Amino acid sequence: MKSLELWGAIALIVLASSAGDVLLSSAMKRIGDLGELRARRGLLVVIGKIFSKKQFLLALACMSVGFFSLLTALSWGDASLVAPASASLTFIVSAVMAKLFLKEDVDSRRWISALLVCVGVVLLTQ
Amino acid sequence: MNLRKYLVLLAVMCFGGTGDVLLARGMKSIGPIQLHHPQTLLYALGNPWVLLGIVCLTGFFASYLTALSWADLSYVLPATAMGYVVVALLSKYFLGETVSPMRWAGVLIISCGVGWVTRGPALTETKKEPLPAPGGQHEIA
Repeated sequence: MKSLELWGAIALIVLASSAGDVLLSSAMKRIGDLGELRARRGLLVVIGKIFSKKQFLLALACMSVGFFSLLTALSWGDASLVAPASASLTFIVSAVMAKLFLKEDVDSRRWISALLVCVGVVLLTQ
Repeated sequence: MNLRKYLVLLAVMCFGGTGDVLLARGMKSIGPIQLHHPQTLLYALGNPWVLLGIVCLTGFFASYLTALSWADLSYVLPATAMGYVVVALLSKYFLGETVSPMRWAGVLIISCGVGWVTRGPALTETKKEPLPAPGGQHEIA
């Protein structure tokens, strides 16, 4: 039962974090290179631009859900299982979402990398 | 990709792994969260380990946003997977958790995946409309 609850919390982390990642990526691409922008206009302008993006605020909401699920999951299981398992599965779901929603070129190199990370996650849970 | 961009990715890896482990240290000292007492989560925010973890994860977030501003999500995410090595090392030596040989093998394979993806292009090339040459009407035929 405890294990089922733990994996439920991990699933919630993965879904919330992936949605947050896609929204964040979309917001940052609209702003452009933050390093260059900071050099040109200063840190306050960068922060202002980030917080004025609607996708960023939505991403924060998603990531808050993910964060509190992470705290809960960490209190139930080992960090060396919870942190890599949730983050790796987030990577797979995010790669699919990046292709679907952000139209990223997720080529064979990135899928092979996804597969390797998946195998790694399976080993982590042994 | 230049040195500055690789340093940003390095910051993402180090801050993320360290932050997770600090959170785990704090949550272990608080004990299991009961589903019918979710307010314990707010109490957790007063724990110094959890606060330190949040500081690290703030550093992670800043470098992560910077990386996402010039690279694809499907490139940045696996690149950050190197943070698992940090988590495994800190879990063993700082939290005293047992990291079995199988988990070490998992860390190794994840690292291979990360190494593989970071050798590829960081950003999807978008086909842009060619900019008109200055004084376009005088284009050389």
